[in-house]
Amino acid sequence: MKTNIKISTRNLNFHYGKHQALFDNNLDIHANKITAVIGPSGCGKSTHLRIYNRIFELYRNQKATGEVLLDGKNILDSDVDLLKLRHRVGMIFQKPTPFPMSIADNVAYPLKLHYKLSRSEMDDRVEAALRGASLWDEVKDKLKSSGMALSGGQQQRLCIARALAAEPEVILMDEPTSAIAPVATLRIEELVLELKQKYTIVIVTHNMQQASRISDRTAFFYKGRIVEVDDTTRIFTNPAHKQTEDYITGRFG
Amino acid sequence: MTPRPVFFRKLSNHLLNLLALGSICAALGGMGWILCTVIQKGAPVLSWEFLTAPSKPYGEPGAGVGNALLGTLLMTLGATLLAVPPALAGGIYLAEFGKNSRLADLLRFCANVLMGLPSILVGLFVYAMLVVTTGHFSGMAGTVALAIIMFPVIMRTTEDMLLMVPDALRESALALGMSRMRATLCIVARSARNGLATGILLSLARVSGETAPLLFTALFADTWPGGFFTEPTASAPVLITEYTTNSPFESMHAMGWGTALIMAAFILIINIATRCIFHENKH
Repeated sequence: MKTNIKISTRNLNFHYGKHQALFDNNLDIHANKITAVIGPSGCGKSTHLRIYNRIFELYRNQKATGEVLLDGKNILDSDVDLLKLRHRVGMIFQKPTPFPMSIADNVAYPLKLHYKLSRSEMDDRVEAALRGASLWDEVKDKLKSSGMALSGGQQQRLCIARALAAEPEVILMDEPTSAIAPVATLRIEELVLELKQKYTIVIVTHNMQQASRISDRTAFFYKGRIVEVDDTTRIFTNPAHKQTEDYITGRFG
Repeated sequence: MTPRPVFFRKLSNHLLNLLALGSICAALGGMGWILCTVIQKGAPVLSWEFLTAPSKPYGEPGAGVGNALLGTLLMTLGATLLAVPPALAGGIYLAEFGKNSRLADLLRFCANVLMGLPSILVGLFVYAMLVVTTGHFSGMAGTVALAIIMFPVIMRTTEDMLLMVPDALRESALALGMSRMRATLCIVARSARNGLATGILLSLARVSGETAPLLFTALFADTWPGGFFTEPTASAPVLITEYTTNSPFESMHAMGWGTALIMAAFILIINIATRCIFHENKH
C-alpha cells in the first residue's frame, strides 16, 4: 500500500534570534495517521510543530528556513495566505484556551469566520463538532453557559471541538494533556484515536506511554535534530539509535 | 552545622506581623478620619434643595450646588468620551503591535511624561490653546483639560490589562485563522474587558476631583451649564475650593463641605462598582 504523505519537511532550520533551535529537520507526516513527536524538554519538538501553521510568526526574531510541504506546496513561501493555511491546519495547545464566551459561541466562532451559514446549519455544525469531540452529551443542556466554567478536560475537548468545526485537514497538538487530570487524559486519547479517521494528527508529548498508546509513527528529537523516525512499535521495541533507546528506557530526559 | 535558633525567627515573624497590622490601622484610621470629618461637617446641609438648586451669590435664598454637580458630571463624562477611544487604540497598539519597537517606546515615554505632568500645567496649556484664542472660559475647555489628563492613564492601564492576557489565547485565536486585528479586538480585548472597564472608571473617578486645570478653563458660574461650549461652567471641585477657602461666610463653608461629602460618596460608589466589575466571574 502506498503511503500518503501529507506534510513533508525538508532541511528545516529554526532560529530564536541568534540561537538556532532546529537543525536540518527532515520529516514526513503520513495522512490519516497519528505522528507522535517525543524527546526531552527543550529538544525543539514544540518549536518544530509550531512551524506547521506558522504560529511562531506572532513573535519577532523567530525565523524558519527550509521547506514545509503541505500537499506538495511550501507553506513557508511568502505568498501563502496565513488565514487559509490556519484554516487547513488546526492547533490544540498545552493549556485549554476557551474564548470568553458561551460553549456554543466558542464552537461557532470558526464557523462564522470561515463560512456563511444559516442559523440551523450553524446549530447542526456546532452539534456535530461537539459530538466529534465527544463533549455533546455533557454540554447539550448548557450550550449558553460560559466555556470558562467547564472542567479542564472538558475545556480541552471544547478546544478540540472548536478546531474541528473549522474542518481542518491537519490537527497539531502541543502536549494537549499535560495540564489535564489522568482520567480526562484517557478520554482525550480515545478521542484522538477516533479523529485519525478524518484528520492527519501530529502530537507533541513528553509522555512516552501516551506516544506508544496512540501513535502510528514516532519521531524522536534530541537537541534540535531528528534522531530517528519510524513506526511507533519499531521505535519502542527495536530503536535503531542508542540515544533513542536511552530516552525511551528512561535513562535521560 | 547547628541550626539557627528558632526563637529569633519567631520573634522577627511577630515583629513583621505587628508592623503590617500597624500599617493597616494607619491606612484605615486615616480614611475613617477623613470620612468622619467630611460627614460631620457636610451632612447638616444636605437637602433636596441643596442637590437640585443652582448656586447663588451669598445671601440669596434657595441656593444649592446642583449646577456644580451637573457641571462636574458633564465634564468628566465628556472627558471620558474624548479620551477613551484614542487611549484604547494607543494601549492596544502598545501591547499587541508596537511592543518594544522604537515608536512604541517613544509613545510609552511620552505617556509617562504626560502622566507625571502637574495637572495645573495641563490647565495652563488648555487655557492658552482654547480660552485665550476663543476669548472665553468654557465647560468644553475644562473637558479637554480633563481628557488630556485621562488619556495617558487609560492608555497605560489598557496596555497592562492586555499584557495580562496569556499568549496562549492569542495563539489559539490566530491558529483558527483569525486576522491579527480580529483576534485582538474580539478575543484578547474581550477577555480583558473587565480590566479595561476598571481602568476607565478609576481614571474617571480620579479626574472628577481635579481642580487646578478647571480654574484656568471652566472657571465657575452661578448658572446651570447651558452655555457649556461658550460660557464659564460650574464644577464641584472649584465650588469646594471657592466656598471653603475664599468665602468669609459660615453658611458657604458648610455648603463646600456638603459638596465634598457628595464627591466622596461618588468616588466610593465608583470604586465599589469597579471592584464588582473586576471580580465578576470572567465570562
